[in-house]
Amino acid sequence: MDPLLQVRHLRVEFPSRRGALTAVDDVSFGIAPGEILGMVGESGAGKSMTGAAIIGLLEPPGRISGGEILLEGRRIDDLPQGELRKIRGRKIGAIFQDPLTSLNPLYRIGDQLTETILTHLEMSPVAARARAVRLLEEVGIPAASERLDHYPHQFSGGMRQRVVIALALAAEPRLIIADEPTTALDVSIQAQIIGLLKRLGHQHGTAVLLITHDMGVIAETSDRVAVMYAGRIVEIGPVADIIKRPRHPYTVGLMGAIPDMSRKVERLVQIEGAMPRLDAIPSGCAFHPRCPRAIARCRAERPELLAAGSSHAACWLAGEVVHV
Amino acid sequence: MIAFIIRRLIQSVFVMLAVGFIAFAMFNYVGDPIAIMVGQDTPVEQRVQLRQALGLDDPAPVRFLRFVGNAVEGKFGLSYRTTEPVANMIAARLPATLELSLVAALMALLLGIPMGVFAGLYPQHWLSRIMLTVSLVGVSLPTFLIGILLILVFSVLLGWLPSFGRGDVVRLGWWTTGLLTVSGWKAILMPAFTLGLFQMTLIMRLVRSEMLEVLRTDYIKFARARGLTNRAVYFGHALKNTLVPVITITGVQLGSIIAFAIITETVFSWPGMGLLFVQSVLFADVPVMSAYLVLIGFFFVVINLLVDLLYFVVDPRLRAQDTTGRGI
Amino acid sequence: MNGWVHRIRDSDLYWSFTRSKLVVVSAAITLLFFIGAFGAPLVAPHNPFDLASLELTDALKPPVWIDGGDAAFLLGTDDQGRDVLSTILYGSRISLVVGFLSVLFALVLGVGLGLVAGYAGGMVDALIMRLADVQLSFPAILIALLIDGITRSVIGQDRHSDIAVFVLIVSIGLSYWVHYARTVRGSVLVERTKEYVLAARVIGLPGPLIALRHVLPNVMGPVLVIATINLALAVITEATLSFLGVGVPPTEPSLGTLIRIGNNFLFSGEWWITLFPSAALAVLVLSVNLLGDWLRDALNPKLR
Repeated sequence: MDPLLQVRHLRVEFPSRRGALTAVDDVSFGIAPGEILGMVGESGAGKSMTGAAIIGLLEPPGRISGGEILLEGRRIDDLPQGELRKIRGRKIGAIFQDPLTSLNPLYRIGDQLTETILTHLEMSPVAARARAVRLLEEVGIPAASERLDHYPHQFSGGMRQRVVIALALAAEPRLIIADEPTTALDVSIQAQIIGLLKRLGHQHGTAVLLITHDMGVIAETSDRVAVMYAGRIVEIGPVADIIKRPRHPYTVGLMGAIPDMSRKVERLVQIEGAMPRLDAIPSGCAFHPRCPRAIARCRAERPELLAAGSSHAACWLAGEVVHV
Repeated sequence: MIAFIIRRLIQSVFVMLAVGFIAFAMFNYVGDPIAIMVGQDTPVEQRVQLRQALGLDDPAPVRFLRFVGNAVEGKFGLSYRTTEPVANMIAARLPATLELSLVAALMALLLGIPMGVFAGLYPQHWLSRIMLTVSLVGVSLPTFLIGILLILVFSVLLGWLPSFGRGDVVRLGWWTTGLLTVSGWKAILMPAFTLGLFQMTLIMRLVRSEMLEVLRTDYIKFARARGLTNRAVYFGHALKNTLVPVITITGVQLGSIIAFAIITETVFSWPGMGLLFVQSVLFADVPVMSAYLVLIGFFFVVINLLVDLLYFVVDPRLRAQDTTGRGI
Repeated sequence: MNGWVHRIRDSDLYWSFTRSKLVVVSAAITLLFFIGAFGAPLVAPHNPFDLASLELTDALKPPVWIDGGDAAFLLGTDDQGRDVLSTILYGSRISLVVGFLSVLFALVLGVGLGLVAGYAGGMVDALIMRLADVQLSFPAILIALLIDGITRSVIGQDRHSDIAVFVLIVSIGLSYWVHYARTVRGSVLVERTKEYVLAARVIGLPGPLIALRHVLPNVMGPVLVIATINLALAVITEATLSFLGVGVPPTEPSLGTLIRIGNNFLFSGEWWITLFPSAALAVLVLSVNLLGDWLRDALNPKLR
């Protein structure tokens, strides 16, 4: 099946006093229709930038400096703003981290919903309103037709995120970019929102790019996962594979750092050092200074994604099997 | 909502009483009204009689109540300088000041808001940069200087506009208006612009900075992510959120225009209350000073009240604070 | 000594200062003004305050480059024979002195009241803040005028002339204390809950001492910014009051007085009496404002 979204060698830079900083460095991946792709990594690894670049909402002075983004086979990264706007919301939707600040406090949510619907779909205001009610019911908001006339501050955090999801789904996009959708919520609510996203994704056939730093969320929802480090993808593959048999030393470290209820350990595993700053990215493999298995080649040449089992890892030693 | 209104009304009454108290203190304890009103040769018995007749020997609370009662009826005593009733003097000049202030406020709003919106939407545009520089000048220069410069250019050099007076005025009942004649408009143009310039630059800068802030918020980002048109994003979402805080700040500022009229009226010899006030300060004419204070206080309180009500109407979050919590 | 100079050169403040040519220029202009104004007795060709030295025959002479001008009076003279250039210098001196002293007065009063309000809390705090709120709704010029009028009424017109400058300083200062008080009070409330203050109280340091030694240094940044804005406003207020005729006595004219005098001669053609002092005032206020803007941006942690 043709991929819905194809990202090829994407590069995002932003100029600074010390020259251009590369936030996303030669990133390639695809998302199939209806698939949930998780994108995991530390803060600053470039996940949000990738998402922003795809939907065309990079904040200046950041800009796409290389590569292509294809939606349903057609390039969208070089479209003029007017064309791009038509795609946003209709083909690609986005939801962000903080539901409180994502909603305009001065407008009723019913108005915000119908506005979005009427921007993209041809229908009468009455029909738009009915559709808005259905959307609210779908995301699990009780007494939907009354709550249409409420303001955002009259909803609790979890409810607001549901409203945000409803807004993102309003024009039936094929892909939703969810940037840390659960990070700002209570743990108990997180589970509900994750479940909602997964269910809606399957029901509507909507693909999801789920960006988060929380591996647990990925494990619950995603079909595949991409691990990002210093602006690059270091490993990508089916979720079960990556979790059980990580190939890239960074991913190994990530998995090892997750406390396992079934084992007793003295200390949690930590990866030595920290992710490099954008203006100090090491040569070759960005992870090599922290990698316990680095060889000379790692410092000299940047590894491409090599096949390893059913996934791909950007490591010269990926062929070997690693035990967790 | 009703509770809010009642609370604000009570607050306003208190503020008025406070202002009235200060005015009363000035009126009664500053200087000796008898000494100023009568000649130096007046015998003591007559002075004592006068004191009693005017009730100046009554205890302070009684005099305060009398003051308040008189003030409510609009009686503020006689001017030291002209011995006319102060109320008449003020009433004759009130329309001039109010019209001037109104036109100035309108100018400030009608020019300041669009300029601010433009500068907020296109901050890199050369027009925006010019506006910012000019606004810095507008904020820096003293009002009277701007007035004089305008007179230099438009009256002395070009001879287009008059440099003093109100032009021809039309009488409507006890009100006199200069807005119904061409010469009246010609006369009010420069003073109103001078008076409103400071506020205009403030409004422009405020709207611009609010706009820039708002355009960086998450909800604008989300609105764009939903593919809303530029018009909807900028003039629907961004503008409304920008104007809400602007309303409160400018509302109160516009109230102070009435007091700033003092300077403008002096520069342009505009026959309003401000000019009267300056003259009363020069002559230590306390009754006029205290009456002016009470009147200004009244205007401020009323404007503040209206602005608060307006804010209440415009921002739904404030309304919710009054009702018992309704969110789920 | 050397290290101290290096510290200044390396500091953020110096860096942002030298980066903006506009700011450097306005600082230079302000400095020139200060030197000219405070060195007026040395720099100015005449002393316009010395009534004995004025000759009415010198009155209304135009600037030196116009017919009828006199080289002794470079920028012309006013209706009393005062040299406009010298009066600008002497007048600027008064304006700056009044400006500085009134800012100082407002600062001390405002910071003091703010500390008291923040620390004492309760009724005292409420009272001070209510007073501040009420005063804030009235423009400073109105308050300054009121105080001036009351003073005239209380001590009589003649005595008032004698101490007019002093009254001016007090009345302008009283119009502007509020911002200092509010800012300082806000900081006190914030710092009060911080651990180092609690620790100081635990070891028994008295409240006022804590306020002075710990809270005050943290507040000085914003206070400094307010003071620079205040200076420009104070100068403008003094000029305005003098223009209205209720500022400095007419025998010791400041820039505002000169402009007022000149206003009467605009239509009869003696434009220099108004124009040059106006330009001087404008330049002075603009440069102080630019300096204040720069200081504000430089001290603003959000922009770093």
